[in-house]
Amino acid sequence: MASKPRTLYEKIWDQHVVDRLDDGTCLIYIDRHLVHEVTSPQAFEALRLAGRTVRRPDLTLAVPDHNLPTTKRIAADGSRLPIEDTQSAAQLAALECNAPSFGIDYIDATAPEQGIVHVVGPEQGFSLPGTTIVCGDSHTAAHGGIGALAFGIGTSEVEHVLATQTLQLRPSKTMEVRVDGMLGPGVTAKDLILHIIGIIGTAGGTGHVIEYRGRVFEEMSVEGRLTVCNMSIEGGARAGLIAPDERVFEYLRGRPYSPQGDDWDNAVTWWRSLATDEGAYFDKSVVIEAANVEPTVSWGTSPEDVVAVGGCVPSPDSFADPSKQDAVRKSLDYMGLAPGTPIEDIAVENIFIGSCTNSRIEDLRAAAEVLKGRKKAPNVRWAIVVPGSGLVKRQAEDEGLDRIFTDAGFEWREPGCSACLAMNPDKVPPGERCASTSNRNFVGRQGPGSRTHLVSPAMAAAAAVTGRLADVRNLAPCQDGAA
Amino acid sequence: MKAVSTIEGRAIPLGLKNVDTDVIIPAHWLKTVSREGLGAGAFETIRAAPGNPFDVEDFANAPILIAGDNFGCGSSREHAAWAMLDMGLTAVIAPSFSDIFAGNAFKNGILAVELPQDQVDRLLEIAKDQPITIDLENQVVTTPFQDRFEFQIDPFRKRCLLEGLDEIGLTLASESAIAAHEIMRRGTTPWLDKTNRRRSA
Repeated sequence: MASKPRTLYEKIWDQHVVDRLDDGTCLIYIDRHLVHEVTSPQAFEALRLAGRTVRRPDLTLAVPDHNLPTTKRIAADGSRLPIEDTQSAAQLAALECNAPSFGIDYIDATAPEQGIVHVVGPEQGFSLPGTTIVCGDSHTAAHGGIGALAFGIGTSEVEHVLATQTLQLRPSKTMEVRVDGMLGPGVTAKDLILHIIGIIGTAGGTGHVIEYRGRVFEEMSVEGRLTVCNMSIEGGARAGLIAPDERVFEYLRGRPYSPQGDDWDNAVTWWRSLATDEGAYFDKSVVIEAANVEPTVSWGTSPEDVVAVGGCVPSPDSFADPSKQDAVRKSLDYMGLAPGTPIEDIAVENIFIGSCTNSRIEDLRAAAEVLKGRKKAPNVRWAIVVPGSGLVKRQAEDEGLDRIFTDAGFEWREPGCSACLAMNPDKVPPGERCASTSNRNFVGRQGPGSRTHLVSPAMAAAAAVTGRLADVRNLAPCQDGAA
Repeated sequence: MKAVSTIEGRAIPLGLKNVDTDVIIPAHWLKTVSREGLGAGAFETIRAAPGNPFDVEDFANAPILIAGDNFGCGSSREHAAWAMLDMGLTAVIAPSFSDIFAGNAFKNGILAVELPQDQVDRLLEIAKDQPITIDLENQVVTTPFQDRFEFQIDPFRKRCLLEGLDEIGLTLASESAIAAHEIMRRGTTPWLDKTNRRRSA
């Protein structure tokens, strides 16, 4: 008898059930645990107080990213430059001490492999398809792009995983986001996920794990898939998934932690069996027409506040729900925007290209392609590129992208989370706007009073060149080397 | 965790939807290595506005917060729960919560009580001048006006909260099941245990 068709999520879940309580709560085994400096110190401290150890340090990898300044880290004489913010320095020092003292592999702030934890995991082959991956960071959802069940956890759960390599969880509901057709020219993975969040809303995926399905995702690069899954949490879903395929296998082959030899062949066979079975049931299903997705921009203070770049800032009255009308009024007030303003009339003073959403090599290439031979507009005061990892940075430099950015007036920085959440010195000043490739446009996210417009890397580059939010498709082709 | 049973007192009628964890505790407060002292930064941007509900004298030390849909969305920072505890909040009532925040609240003994919007609206009115009671054992929210709003809670979480159970201690009691799973896992997916990183050349 054939077994019941299962989704990708159900296959991974079933494989990781250690124990099942009568009320449905399950003890789930965790294959990979990524640790960074902000959400771990209290967990390590609690382990010490309770006299507990880390059960599987070999399945745990630590790397600093949130607090690190993105300016130079090593002086000319090879010594490490000090971090001025004493609180940041103390938090980074805590991780540097905690990781080795609990036997955990640690990537140092000055190592070439250092980077944003969600860029580092797949890049090192530490994140693998079919695994359960957790990290004390909500954007852990990103790793779903390689077919892992990956989700963010709080510090108490970080402590729980360190101590037991498991979590107590109840199964999630399943949600299919199916995209029909293909994206038009100039429309990227970031535009698509912003569009999806605009449709399902920031609570649309609450209680669910999303699986993204359709030819768009099959033909999407691994970097694009990581971008899409990364922002699942902005749609309320703790995790997002895309079935692993040949593109993913090619991406992972030969990476430092990837399986080798016979293990590799066996792993690939295993990974091929994970895709959702035909006829599997989803609790919720949403269908999106790819042809309707335009380069997309956020106008408010919630990631669901999005509009096509050719559109206008909406009026609060255009929303049916009175509480949403009120929220929109507050958002527009905070953002300093009047209803009806064309998006392309909005001037920006800051550009941020980076974050775990959009700081991989493909993102930098897309932005550089727009910027090649161009300069940032005079009203753009601050423009920075923060590569997702030291390896991305090195590759970009090998391809000459750093020169394109610096020639255009951008600063070329060291890897880290940077202005996505402004924990380090990279902040957008109060009242100023930023075209940002990051994931959240919350009040004060990029610094107190900052006004964020979420965009794709190509759109951020277009905003830099024009000094306002602009449709990248309308920029005239630029001759190589032209001024 | 500390055992929780009944929470009684004033409730801050915030009412806002989509209160994200950046609003509950902005990122610049996250540089601490402690769980203490975050109350000073809790709801910083809301508290900066004159006439906000946190400034009302009657709500000083109120144990309950009433909010709108999707409370605690965004970042997984448990600092949001720590900040609320530090300002004296031990319960939140809202029509819905983000998954990660609901988990973090539970781990810290903060009750996240889900009620339908119309009942939340009623409580927002009453909270202006009257106290509210949350009875976890009987899963009911009551008011001095005889309102009785029943709520649902995961039975496992309820037991942990009522008994103040240490979740890690509970899991460690399943040691033999974890060890058995690890043996099974080594058989089916042996590559997952081979994590010796090969340094790139």
